[in-house]
Amino acid sequence: MPLEPATFAAEQEDAQDYVWSLNFGPQHPATHTTLRLVLKLDGERVIDAIPDIGYLHSGFEKIGEHLNYNQYVTVTDRMNYISPMANNVAWHGAVENLLGLEIPPRCKYIRTIVAELARISDHLLCNGAVGLDVGAFTYFLYAFNRREDIYNIFESLCGARFTNSYTRVGGVMRDANPQFVDLVRKFVQTFPKTLDDMDRLLNRNRIFIDRTKGVGVFSKEAATNTSCTGPIARASGVTRDLRKDEPYLAYADFDFQVCCATAGDCFARYLVRNAEMRESLKIVAQAIENLPGGPVNVDIGERTAIPTKQAVYSTIEGCISHFELTMSNRGFVVPNEECYSAIESPNGELGFYLVGDGSEVAYRARCRPPSFIHFSVFPQLIRGHTLSDVVAVLGSLNIIAAELDR
Amino acid sequence: MIQTATLDKLKAAFAGLAVSEFRSQTRVVAPLASAAALMAYLKKDGGFDLLVDVTCVDYLNFRDAKDRFGLVYLLASTVTNERLTVRIFVNEPDLTVPSVTSLWAGANWLEREVYDMFGISFAGHPDLRRILMPFEFDAFPLRKDYPMQGRGERHNFPVLTRGRS
Repeated sequence: MPLEPATFAAEQEDAQDYVWSLNFGPQHPATHTTLRLVLKLDGERVIDAIPDIGYLHSGFEKIGEHLNYNQYVTVTDRMNYISPMANNVAWHGAVENLLGLEIPPRCKYIRTIVAELARISDHLLCNGAVGLDVGAFTYFLYAFNRREDIYNIFESLCGARFTNSYTRVGGVMRDANPQFVDLVRKFVQTFPKTLDDMDRLLNRNRIFIDRTKGVGVFSKEAATNTSCTGPIARASGVTRDLRKDEPYLAYADFDFQVCCATAGDCFARYLVRNAEMRESLKIVAQAIENLPGGPVNVDIGERTAIPTKQAVYSTIEGCISHFELTMSNRGFVVPNEECYSAIESPNGELGFYLVGDGSEVAYRARCRPPSFIHFSVFPQLIRGHTLSDVVAVLGSLNIIAAELDR
Repeated sequence: MIQTATLDKLKAAFAGLAVSEFRSQTRVVAPLASAAALMAYLKKDGGFDLLVDVTCVDYLNFRDAKDRFGLVYLLASTVTNERLTVRIFVNEPDLTVPSVTSLWAGANWLEREVYDMFGISFAGHPDLRRILMPFEFDAFPLRKDYPMQGRGERHNFPVLTRGRS
């Protein structure tokens, strides 16, 4: 049955004629993305919220069954477009897990650095947008300004600022260059000051605290029961972080902490994201100073990553490997198996369930989208709060509609 | 990753479970008849308190596949960090499996998505409607017999005119 506000109101009319229904979205500036809520209001109080999604459904999983493992990375960019690098890392991490491929240490470190920079940029936008929605416009500008630096870092790495498509099966598109290292070092030095400034703007701001504290409270049991992960679960006291629990890439080498809170409200989610940015910066600082040398892609013998031009022209193995990989009917061999592989993306557990059928194209490429799961808990977070709290809760959940609908 | 003690207990509780392992991930195939009991056991006694994902694979063109649809339940424990994959295979014409929404509330939208994309209905689901596709849509797009380009739905979509709205 389609969700029409008119029919929805009609069935309520007899019993509760004081109940309003308000259509929120899909084109509302505070949703930031294309999603729709039908809110049931008693005066200014939200009795219920009915999410209606699918406005941005683009069939990414169907496309995944038609593009090969390297091509599909461009589609993952467009899932959570606030932190595309993390999606790239998650996708090719899953593909390499399916292939049973071990990537070289340098590649692991570079992927860790870009994934953590993506986390910082995602949290900056999310916290900035929460600030923006509850009236702290200056805070948003502080946050957005530093995202520009991260874009510059990604540009020096792969040439693209927004949709990076940086990873490849068994490696990355381009090796890290000295300019990248310099930019990351500069960022590591200057970013703590911005974080301090941002903390001073909001952490003790009376308006911000009044708007977010005690709003959208989520208990630890409810967070686990509704499959929530990432900062939203951690703000409720779930100490689950895949970087510690199932260390992938190079996370086992670094000293960092898992940030948790117990309050489970919007303010706790803000604080957790803030604290995570500092921890991510610690990881980036350690990784960039200990960046290992050596090759960035897997060995030519593995026949998954395109060899360098020099290897193609000067060695027979490189020449054969290049030929095999670029011919449409050749490519690498994938087992007739299926497996799941996940990373701790900025939003939570981002996993891919891949089914390989021997060809270069996945038989099934399921994405476990954190936004989709987090948006399903929205009605129970908003019940009993006022209409103006809708934007605060929505912002603190960090719903990205492209990932929500895929 | 799953601890052997948990797996042994599970095998003792449910005799004849098909267990396999790939890339250190343990998978269990639950027969459709005992699926509900198995899921309830895993939630209550197995300690798997987090339902990571529910999804489905259509094995229509898959080599050596015996069943048409394979449901995938990815379970995890937030305490012991164990993971377990539970598979349930279903075939046409009866595409119904028991819903796990009463065990994990997070299954609500995940099962709705599987219904929307594959047409598998979940018995006992409180609100089994389409979620991503329009309500008027009458096919299941992630099935392998549905073409990537669609069947012309985009061109024949009912348009709401200003006069009728």
